Amino acid sequence: MSSNESIISIQNVSKAFGKQEVLTDISLDINKGEIFGLLGPSGAGKTTLVKMLIGLEIPNRGENFLFHEKMPSLKLIERVGYMAQSDALYGELSAKENLEFFGSLFGLKGKMLQGRIREVMDVVQLTDHVNKSVHNYSGGMKRRLSLAIALLHEPELLILDEPTVGIDPVLRKSIWDAFYELNAKGTTIIVTTHVMGEAEKCHRLALLRDGGLIAVGTPDELKENTNSSSIEEAFLVYGGVNA
Amino acid sequence: MRVRALFIRILRQIIRDKRTMALLIFAPILILTMLHLVFNGDDYVPKVGLVEIPEALEAQLNLDDAEITKYSDEGTAKTAIEEQILDGYIVFDKNIPSIVLEGSDPNVNGATMRWIQEAFKPLQPAGTASDLEIEYVHGSDDMGQFDYFGPVLLGFFIFFFVFLIAGVSFLRERTTGTLERLLSSPLRKWEIVVGYIVGFGIFTVIQSTIIVSYAIYVLGMLMEGAFIYVLLITLALSFTALTLGTLLSAFANNELQMIQFIPIVIVPQIFFSGLFNLETISEWLNWIGPFTPLYYAADALRNVMVRGAGWDEIYLNLLVLIGFSVFFVILNILALRKYRKI
Repeated sequence: MSSNESIISIQNVSKAFGKQEVLTDISLDINKGEIFGLLGPSGAGKTTLVKMLIGLEIPNRGENFLFHEKMPSLKLIERVGYMAQSDALYGELSAKENLEFFGSLFGLKGKMLQGRIREVMDVVQLTDHVNKSVHNYSGGMKRRLSLAIALLHEPELLILDEPTVGIDPVLRKSIWDAFYELNAKGTTIIVTTHVMGEAEKCHRLALLRDGGLIAVGTPDELKENTNSSSIEEAFLVYGGVNA
Repeated sequence: MRVRALFIRILRQIIRDKRTMALLIFAPILILTMLHLVFNGDDYVPKVGLVEIPEALEAQLNLDDAEITKYSDEGTAKTAIEEQILDGYIVFDKNIPSIVLEGSDPNVNGATMRWIQEAFKPLQPAGTASDLEIEYVHGSDDMGQFDYFGPVLLGFFIFFFVFLIAGVSFLRERTTGTLERLLSSPLRKWEIVVGYIVGFGIFTVIQSTIIVSYAIYVLGMLMEGAFIYVLLITLALSFTALTLGTLLSAFANNELQMIQFIPIVIVPQIFFSGLFNLETISEWLNWIGPFTPLYYAADALRNVMVRGAGWDEIYLNLLVLIGFSVFFVILNILALRKYRKI
């Protein structure tokens, strides 16, 4: 699906919180139409990196470009769907009311909004629970509703921070099927994960460790270059540890 | 419209949260009722002893409204005071009365002294000070302490509860990550603040109408001015409370830390709100008053409710309250820059 047209360009980006450096000199291009995985252990700087892409963090050095424009920019935000690590839902409200609220922030209304709500709830398989209060949702259901909200305004670019944490394997597969389906329609997807197995599902991967970028490539390239049989082994080789 | 979506969501949340709704409406009603009962209770009946009173004199005194005990010597009366049976006694030495009080409770002292003055009135020649006619420019002689405190307390409760609820709900927006989600949408920062103001504003109008109506029509609080002015003042005050609450929530990491602002931000305002006479507050403290929003709201509420003031007398106070709100709104927007720079 992927073309060579870059829609995200991260150029020599560094970020520090106080004295602690979280990202060191990252340069990375992500192409239109690919499913791109950011793989690394917790604390590697994945979340900080994606937050910078939607403008919630500003780099100390370097620049981020989305759709060839410099971030942060409110105009660009509308074209991005973001799902954070926390579920970020209003527990007192029903799933539908949550969707209606976030949908109208993106200018969706009336029949259009109701239609989109049906579609996204179908994607995450929550159609039967649309009128339930979010308080009564399980952890996995909240995660899926959170994903549904990110899909609501049909963004060209989806940025998903650990989208499948706490979701059972059957459902995880169906969510990945949904990603492939969206991707087939032209949506670019960026996924962060610390699950090595999940990384294999991405078109291309960036390996992050201690705030540094240690490798970029397709899963097969990464394995071939290191003579490894799994991404996990490849990660160890790139991380400077002999497997 | 995005602001509309935001305030509809806030109203929905308040309505769903029955307990918070009850706190916002019934807690002030409950406390006002209790204060009404405490301050407008029956007058205190002093317990007074009369020692060696000549009979001719006793016949002339007005001995109603007190529990009278007669003693033949001062020693037993003193013992009665030690045992707290008496609040005070009058001893007659050669027809010249002198008074001894138990003295530990200023309120009881006052009530006893007032009763004694009343009791001795018939002995005084006509036309002395106590017979002067008194005219009230505002209020009346049956105006209770509750009528004077009431307007201040109304303002205080509205400020207190709106501050707390708005602060906590904004805090939750940060801790649950929904604020981040709002900021990863095209929503402008000022739209967030305005959405909060409108949402809580609508609710505060309903809340104040209920509380003020209850205080006036059920508890019979003095109300000389127009109802609409009271609503205007409470609305302006609640905007201040709301914007201050959301602002301070940026400096709290959890609900408990939000509660910790109460003794620092809320309680001191009571001292400068006119519940206590401002002229008697020591000079190195009373400059704080004009920096507290409740100071202006309480003054305006009291002017309307006790003195029947109209627009001309309250608009300055309203302007100051709006000024506070605008100032806090700007600080709120600046505080949100921490999360998104644009």
